[in-house]
Amino acid sequence: MIRFTEVYKRYADSHEALSGLSFHIDKGEMAFLTGHSGAGKSTLLKLIALIERSSHGEVLVNNQNLTRLPQRKIPYYRRQIGLVFQDHYLLHDRTVFDNVALPLVIAGESHREIGRRVRASLDKVGLLNKERKLPIALSGGEQQRVGIARAVVNRPPILLADEPTGNLDPELSRDIMNLFEQFNQVGVTVFIATHDHELIKTLPYRQIILQQGRLAPTEIA
Amino acid sequence: MKFNNFNAKTYLLRHAQVMLFSLGQLWRQPIASVMTVLVIGIALALPAGLYVLLQNLNQVSEQWDDASKISLFLQQDLSDEQARKFSQNIKQWPEINNTHYQSAQTSLEEFRQLSGLGELLDSLPSNPLPAVIIVIPSNNNLRPDAIGSLLARLDNLAEVELAQLDMEWLQRLRSISQTSQRGLTILAILLSLSVLLVIGNTIRLAILNRQAEIKVIKLVGGTNTFIRRPFLYTGFWYGILGGFFAWATLLIALGLLTGPINHLALLYNSQFIFHWFAGQMFVSLILIGMSLGVFGAWLAVGRHLNAIEPR
Repeated sequence: MIRFTEVYKRYADSHEALSGLSFHIDKGEMAFLTGHSGAGKSTLLKLIALIERSSHGEVLVNNQNLTRLPQRKIPYYRRQIGLVFQDHYLLHDRTVFDNVALPLVIAGESHREIGRRVRASLDKVGLLNKERKLPIALSGGEQQRVGIARAVVNRPPILLADEPTGNLDPELSRDIMNLFEQFNQVGVTVFIATHDHELIKTLPYRQIILQQGRLAPTEIA
Repeated sequence: MKFNNFNAKTYLLRHAQVMLFSLGQLWRQPIASVMTVLVIGIALALPAGLYVLLQNLNQVSEQWDDASKISLFLQQDLSDEQARKFSQNIKQWPEINNTHYQSAQTSLEEFRQLSGLGELLDSLPSNPLPAVIIVIPSNNNLRPDAIGSLLARLDNLAEVELAQLDMEWLQRLRSISQTSQRGLTILAILLSLSVLLVIGNTIRLAILNRQAEIKVIKLVGGTNTFIRRPFLYTGFWYGILGGFFAWATLLIALGLLTGPINHLALLYNSQFIFHWFAGQMFVSLILIGMSLGVFGAWLAVGRHLNAIEPR
């Protein structure tokens, strides 16, 4: 589903964030991306979401070669990926419902379909009763769940998360991880960048460990 | 169908929603919106008002075209019969449509009646007034330069003491009007440009205000077209409202002018009636405002959209 082959990412200041990285995540797999801050976790996720492009090497996602994907096709490509961020990126001037509906509105779904799928998505994250609230009225954990509802509302085959539990206490983090596991159980490929070692060592999923832009030799297969 | 869930009805509905949404946004910031609309309206009203005045000026000068006659004052020593014959002669010229001969005697009678100086005139030993031929040029010779050369030719004839174009000031009016027309074009271009800049700047601020939203939309797969749409509709509304305000301004300003202008025309015994084509103006101003609005927004969004990328 996600395949990196000899991927390099160099920035203008000649700092090399990724050096010759190769790995593969299977369809329907759930995996963690770990490593110290500055090891290149965020860069790696940005390459998958095409927020940035690799300097060298090949990135294949869902059978599409991102190196060759033209700029104008990026929006359509991104609709296949659900993105979850540490600080949610919710829009604070609109309701929970409207935030979750955004990907469907963009895709041009009909009014009725939007209502149906937004509610299904909010139900899944347990926030159906909060759809008329503004994000600011919700707790941190609830806001993160709204972010997840938005990421999965158009049923993408891939879910990417960047430090989704970064601001949450262990119990809430556990809940969030549960949610990701549920999506994985219905076939979604889930890839989560995190440094929450306490949490992931209790979970049975593969870890991809980055060390200075390379795979750490201790990868657990 | 390019997209499997693309649906024409949904698409149109979405456009209608965005259109109302952007109108609602203007409504939520009434003071800023009204100021922008006023600036656009005034910028549109100025050239439109000048255009109306110029059109009316042209109408006046066209009306007087019929009256651009040449008066030939004949030599005193010409006999009545010679003068009549001369009048018949020049009538054959292709440049001349008609001539109207008025003998020295008739001129005297006319003057006596108009001036009321009868007794004084009677005391003169001879008639001091010359015979006059009124020359009406052919229609295709009404251009100022053509009429000028005809005037010169007539003036050079031996029988003619003096050839005078009754309406020399008409030429001046014409060239003033032509100059003003060019000035108006320049003014209209400059003010349209300022409308573009005002709308562009307003949209630029709107984009900066919604930077976070644009980033999120890009992250969840929004195309540039999708992001651009509400801003284009914002420009659309500014343009339409500005056009409407310009029209209302003209309605009031020209309404105040109509009375005095028509009174002035009446004093000149003119058939002239001040027109300002209210209906036509309304449609033009709305359309021009709308086009400038959308175009200005397009320019602004194009410039700033690519600068906002998720990092």
